[in-house]
Amino acid sequence: MTVSSSSPRGDMLMMLGMIVAIVFGPIILAPFGAGYPDLMQKFAIYGIFAIGFNILFGLTGYLSFGHAAFLGVGSYSAVWMFKLLSMNVIPALILAILISGLFALVIGFITLRRSGIYFAILTLAFAQMSYNLAYSVLTPITNGETGLQLLLDDPRILDAPLASGDLPLANLFGLQMNSTYETSFLGMTLYFNAGYYLCGVILLVAFYFAMRIFRSPLGMMLKAIKSNQNRLNYTGVNTRPYTLTAFVISGIYAGLAGGLLACTDPLAGAERMQWTASGEVVLMTILGGAGTLLGPIIGAGAIKYFENIFSAFNESELNAVFSFLPDGLREAVVSVASTFVGEGWQLTLGVLFMLIVIFLPGGLLEGVRRILSLFNRPPGGGMEERSARVKSAA
Amino acid sequence: MNRFTVNRRTLLKSSVAMSAGLAAPAFFIRGANAYTNEPKGGTVTLGFNVPQSGAYADEGADELRAYQLAVEHLNGEGDGGLLNTFSSKALKGNGVLGKKVAYVTGDTQTKSDAARASAKRMIEKDGAVMVTGGSSSGVAVAVQSLCQDMGVIFMAGLTHSNDTTGKDKRANGFRHFFNAYMSGAALAPVLKANYGTDRKAYHLTADYTWGWTQEESIAASTEAIGWTTVKKVRTPLGAGDFSQYITPVLNSGADVLILNHYGRDMVNSLTQAVQFGLRDKMVNGKKFEVVVPLYSRLMAQGAGEAVKGIFGSTNWHWTLQDEASKAFVKSFGQKYGFPPSQAAQTCYAQALLYADAAERAGTFDPCGIVKALEGFEFDGLGNGPTLYRAEDHQCFKKVLVVKGKENPESKFDLLEVVDEVPAEQVMYAPDHPMFAGGELGTCNSGA
Repeated sequence: MTVSSSSPRGDMLMMLGMIVAIVFGPIILAPFGAGYPDLMQKFAIYGIFAIGFNILFGLTGYLSFGHAAFLGVGSYSAVWMFKLLSMNVIPALILAILISGLFALVIGFITLRRSGIYFAILTLAFAQMSYNLAYSVLTPITNGETGLQLLLDDPRILDAPLASGDLPLANLFGLQMNSTYETSFLGMTLYFNAGYYLCGVILLVAFYFAMRIFRSPLGMMLKAIKSNQNRLNYTGVNTRPYTLTAFVISGIYAGLAGGLLACTDPLAGAERMQWTASGEVVLMTILGGAGTLLGPIIGAGAIKYFENIFSAFNESELNAVFSFLPDGLREAVVSVASTFVGEGWQLTLGVLFMLIVIFLPGGLLEGVRRILSLFNRPPGGGMEERSARVKSAA
Repeated sequence: MNRFTVNRRTLLKSSVAMSAGLAAPAFFIRGANAYTNEPKGGTVTLGFNVPQSGAYADEGADELRAYQLAVEHLNGEGDGGLLNTFSSKALKGNGVLGKKVAYVTGDTQTKSDAARASAKRMIEKDGAVMVTGGSSSGVAVAVQSLCQDMGVIFMAGLTHSNDTTGKDKRANGFRHFFNAYMSGAALAPVLKANYGTDRKAYHLTADYTWGWTQEESIAASTEAIGWTTVKKVRTPLGAGDFSQYITPVLNSGADVLILNHYGRDMVNSLTQAVQFGLRDKMVNGKKFEVVVPLYSRLMAQGAGEAVKGIFGSTNWHWTLQDEASKAFVKSFGQKYGFPPSQAAQTCYAQALLYADAAERAGTFDPCGIVKALEGFEFDGLGNGPTLYRAEDHQCFKKVLVVKGKENPESKFDLLEVVDEVPAEQVMYAPDHPMFAGGELGTCNSGA
C-alpha cells in the first residue's frame, strides 16, 4: 500500500458512485436475483460491518478474530430498546452504538497489549466468551439459544398500546421498516424497501466517515503502525491510543451493523457472535480487498450473495438449467454441479476464496481494477488517471 | 462503478417511481394481494427450510427427502403415499386447489439468523405461501415468529422444546412433533415399571432452552413417581468430552443418569457413560441405569453399541405396523432405499396437513388455513388418531417409548418399541405452568 495522495475529486466520484449504487440498488440487483429486500438490507448492513472491520485490519494490520461480538452486542442493545422504550429505530441505534463502543473500549484496552497472532487469539477468546455467555449464562438478558425477540407484553413505554394481537414493527417515525413499494420493470419485480434505504443512507454516512479517516492524520498514523510499529515505538510515539481508537471505531461500526440487523429483523440470536461470524467478516474484507475503501463492501456483497442465492439452488432447478443436454450427460453434469450449489455453497465459496488469495491478493477490487485498466488503455488521459487514483486508494 | 450516463433512463424512470412512492405513503404497503404471496398462476410455492450443514445436517437431509416425496404425492406422482390412508379425503393428487405444488429449499445452518434469512428469501423473492422445516427448537421459534410477522404459515419440523407451542407460540405456527412434557409423561410409567419407584436421578443437561425444558419436564414426571432428583448439571452445547461431568455421577449416590442431550452431544455423552462402566455398577443395591429421554434412529446409529437396553421416547418409528406407517416406509424406501427417520415422518405429515387444510379451507389465506387446522382431528398419518389443538397449535397423539435393541437385525433396526402411550396420557392443559407465559395472538395474513 502506498501512502495515499488521493484527490478530493476522486473521492467525490467514489462517493457519487456509492450514492448511485445505493439509490438504484433494487434495479441493479434485480437481474441477479438479489433484488429482494432482505438480501439488499444484508448487503448494506454487512457492508457497514466490513468497512468498520477494515478500519482496524486494513489500516493498522491488527487482525481481530472476534468482531462478531460487537455485532451481537449491538443487536441485543437494539432489541432491548425496542422492548423497553419504543419501536422507533433511532433510540435503538443510539444504544447499540454506545454499548458496543464501551464494550470495544474494554476489550480493546486488554487485547491491544499484544499484537499479531496473540492479538487475534485474544479477540477470538473474548468473542467466544461472549458467545457462550449469551448462549447460556446470560439467558435472562439474551434469551439464550432461542434469541431475544419481541413479545406482546413488552413495556414499550413511549409507544401507544397495541391495538390488535399482532406484534409491532420497527419504524422510523412511523415509516415501517418492512414497508415496500413493489413495481414491475422489464419483467422483473423491483422492491423499494424502507429498511433498505435506511441501511443504505447509514452505509453512505459510514463510508464517508471511513473515507475521512483514511485521509486524515489519524489514518496516516494507523498506516504507519501497519508498516512498522517498532520503528514508531523507537521514535517515541506511543501507538496504543491510536490502535485503541481504531479498535473502538471499528467496534462501533460493528455495533451499528448489529443494531441495523435488529431494526430490519427484530431478533438477536447468540450465534451472531460465534467465531464463524467473526471469520466471515475477515473473509469479506480479504475477498474484497483489505485496506481499500470499496473492497470490503464488495466482499460483503459477494459472500452474502453466495450464502443466500447459491445455497438455494436444488437439483430440480439444476435439471431445468441443463435441460438442453441429453439425459445421461445431464444427470452427470447435474450431479457434479450440485456439489457446488445448495448445501455445497460453502465449497464454492472456499474455492473462490482460494483462487482470489492466490491470483488476486488484492481481492476482488484488484480484479476489477485489472479489467478496467485493460479496457481503459486506449482512451488514455482521464480514465487512466482515475484508475491510478483507485490504485492509490487501495 | 456506475456512471450517470449509463443510468440516465433508469434514473428518470425510477426517480418518478420513487417520488410517487414517497408522495403517497398509502402505497407503502405490500402489493395489492389479499394476503402475502397469494398464488396467481398455476403453481403454489412451498418453502422447505432445513439444516443442510452443521450438527443436524443428517436430519435435515432426511427432512428434505420427505418433503420431496410429499410434493410428488400431492402432485399425483409416485404411489400416492399417505394420501391413500389419510382420513381426510380432500386431497385428490392433483396439486392443491388445482395448482401444481412447487417448492424452494434453503439452508438454516441450524442458526436462527441464517434460518430467518433463508425463510425471508423464500417469502420475499420466491413467493412461498408456507415455510416448513427446522431441526432445532431455537430455529423453529425464530422462524415461527418471522412467519407470523410476514403473514405466512409455519409448519414446524423437528422441534421438541415446550416453548415452541408454549411461551413462544404464534397463531401462524403449527407443530406436529411431540414435546418434552410429553416425553416425560410417556416415559415415567415405563421407568416406574422397569426401575421401581425408589430411584435417585442425576441430570446432565445441554445448557440451552431445549435442554432446560426437557430437564424440567423429566424431573417433574419422575418426581411424581417417587424418584428424587440428586443433582442437575448443565453441560455446554457441543462439549465433545463429557468425562469431567460423568466422573462425579458415581460419587453422588445417584443410581440413574438422565442425559438431556440431543444429536452429537447425546452420542458422545452416552458413549462415554457406557465406556466408564456406569451401567455395570451397583449403587444403593440397584443396577445403575441410563435414560435418554429424546431418541432418534439417526442418533442411535451414531452411538452404536452403547444404546442397547436404554430407554427413551420418540415421535414415530419405521417399524410401526399400522397401515399408514407401512405405506410411508414403503414409498420412502422405494424412492431412497432406506427407511425414513422420525424427522422425515413429521415433515411429510406437516406438508400433507398444510395441503389438506388449504384444500378444505378453499384458500391459501393463512387465516383460512389457521381456521381449518385448529381443532382438526385426523388419522392415517402414522401416529394414530391425532388432534391439532386450537389453543396452542400442538398435535396430540400417541408417544412411543423405545429401547435400544439388544440384537439388531440391520443397521436401521436399532430401536424396539416398548410402549405406545395413548394421547390422553400425555395431554396437558393449555395453561400448564411449563407452557404458560405466551400468547397465540391473532392470525396474520400479511394484507
